[in-house]
Amino acid sequence: MNKYNGSVKITLRKGILDVQGKTVEHALNSIELYMISNVRIGKYVELTVEADTPEIAHSIVTEACKKLIANPIIEDFEIIII
Amino acid sequence: MKFAVVVFPGSNCDHDAYHAVSKNLGEKAHFLWHKDTSIPDGIDCVILPGGFSYGDYLRCGAIARFSPLMKEVVNFASKGGYVIGICNGFQILTESGLLPGALLRNQNLSFICKDTFLKTINTKSVFTSNLEIEKILRIPIAHGEGNFFAEDDVIKKLEDDDRIAFKYCNEVGEIVESSNPNGSVKNIAGILNANGNVLGMMPHPERYSDSILGCNDGLGIFESILNNLK
Repeated sequence: MNKYNGSVKITLRKGILDVQGKTVEHALNSIELYMISNVRIGKYVELTVEADTPEIAHSIVTEACKKLIANPIIEDFEIIII
Repeated sequence: MKFAVVVFPGSNCDHDAYHAVSKNLGEKAHFLWHKDTSIPDGIDCVILPGGFSYGDYLRCGAIARFSPLMKEVVNFASKGGYVIGICNGFQILTESGLLPGALLRNQNLSFICKDTFLKTINTKSVFTSNLEIEKILRIPIAHGEGNFFAEDDVIKKLEDDDRIAFKYCNEVGEIVESSNPNGSVKNIAGILNANGNVLGMMPHPERYSDSILGCNDGLGIFESILNNLK
């Protein structure tokens, strides 16, 4: 059994208005950083997972995301296993 | 009739709900701890109260749905038992899959604590049948994440199946954008499950169930439940 470090990036699903992201984008524009757009704010989770292979670790974290870490109705998630 | 009020770590409207059904409605009520593993025989309606279960960590209601008692609440609902989730309770119901959709951050990003006006859309449900059909209810909200969201097809199904219990409206009952406090799709404030025995709503009827507070418009919801059991 190996130990893998994993990270999960969770954002609101595309198409759902991210009011926090929009507010930050407006603030950035107001300090003349007009070149920045499409700001989206999400959550970041770090974890350690015991598994035989990185693929199995990935599938375990996927299950964790679907069951608890993310809400698929409103959120997308991306997993990185190192 | 017996009500059960579930207490999660972080619930803060549990005693209000208890007061509403025991003192204002005059029925029996019990508290159930979220770690309990059964719902006692004879309970007719389970109330998931408002609050900040598990500190709203991760997402509102996301951790509470895995409390041991929630498994029993899902069983209870599947057997036709009445369940009402208020505010955080509504969030727990969506997270647990008993109700569709999800509650997003309020569109203005603020925690909103104020009175709202509600129009009863489904006037025949077990939770609303005792309400005067045309009466506009004044019931307070107190939440940061009450912006109801569901995909278009889900909303259509809710509408087609008459499962929208309440919508935010203005004082004269018009459902307009300016009366939508949090950005909820189509001003939705409360919805029913497919069988009509589970209600989730963001406004707090238990906070306006005692006339000593100047308004008891919320009591009608609990009276409806009672009448439907008689």
